[in-house]
Amino acid sequence: MDSGNCEPPVRAPLADTADEGLKIVIVGGFGVGKTTMVRSVSEIRPLNTEETMTQAGVGIDETAGADGKVTTTVAFDFGRISLNARMVLYLFGAPGQERFWFLWDRLFSGTLGAVVLVDPRRVADSWYAIDRLEHHGLPFVVARNNFGPPVHSLDQIRDALTLDDAVPLIDCDARDRESGKTVLITLVDHLYALSRAQEMAT
Amino acid sequence: MTPGSVQHENPDRLYTVTGGRSRADDARLDLVALIVSESQPVPGMQSEHAEILRICRAPTAVVEISADLRLPVSVVRILLADLLDTGSVTARHPRTAAGARLPDPDLLKQVLVGLRKL
Repeated sequence: MDSGNCEPPVRAPLADTADEGLKIVIVGGFGVGKTTMVRSVSEIRPLNTEETMTQAGVGIDETAGADGKVTTTVAFDFGRISLNARMVLYLFGAPGQERFWFLWDRLFSGTLGAVVLVDPRRVADSWYAIDRLEHHGLPFVVARNNFGPPVHSLDQIRDALTLDDAVPLIDCDARDRESGKTVLITLVDHLYALSRAQEMAT
Repeated sequence: MTPGSVQHENPDRLYTVTGGRSRADDARLDLVALIVSESQPVPGMQSEHAEILRICRAPTAVVEISADLRLPVSVVRILLADLLDTGSVTARHPRTAAGARLPDPDLLKQVLVGLRKL
């Protein structure tokens, strides 16, 4: 990467039959291991890009131009998993900070679900992300990224996050491919159960 | 955030590549819509357009194009709208972007099968 605009990308192309892009978002604070998890399960080296949004208004950070408009910029990483000949899953590592949520609808509408990655040393950092996901009505699971032996039980974490019993909460090691896979499967299993329940109800 | 990410891009370049436009057409492209070239770059074409046609010889998501060109997603959507208008590229839109609350169980089942096989 970073070799200018005229070099073709050096990564495996998708199959010609690929026609269904899917999204899962991994949300978490700075340094919690979002990019690490994306890297451990992605078939490509994680890529980075950003979105900008210009709007009139106050209350957002960044610099206001002479016309009073405010530009908000959010950077995010992503990786890719080819699920079969047609379906491609994109994993986005997104910062949980406030300005990010202004761009949620523009970037992440249609997302299957989210993983909230929790740093066991800074559990409270995840409150805001969980609140916002609930606000957007997006199903999610919570994964505690353990850098060492856990100090608290998962029940204690659930209490600390005042997390509904219906929301799966698991341990993971974001560096480990199998562990990352398990987190994704836990999320999609959860989505499947919700989707089945919804289908039964209608 | 990595060095060389688009945040270091000169705002003038963003203005130039879009011809000063700030909004893509109504048909909004999803981040993971897969774009496929339907023609070859031609001489005299805007370099970003030509580059997109090269990148999308195989299906490529909007967000991958954004990363490759080091341009914000919104700018890439504007460039793609031009190419879609002229039929130079086609887009394979995700079914899940329709705004349904939850994807249907069949689709999720296929995702599960794919993940378990990794």
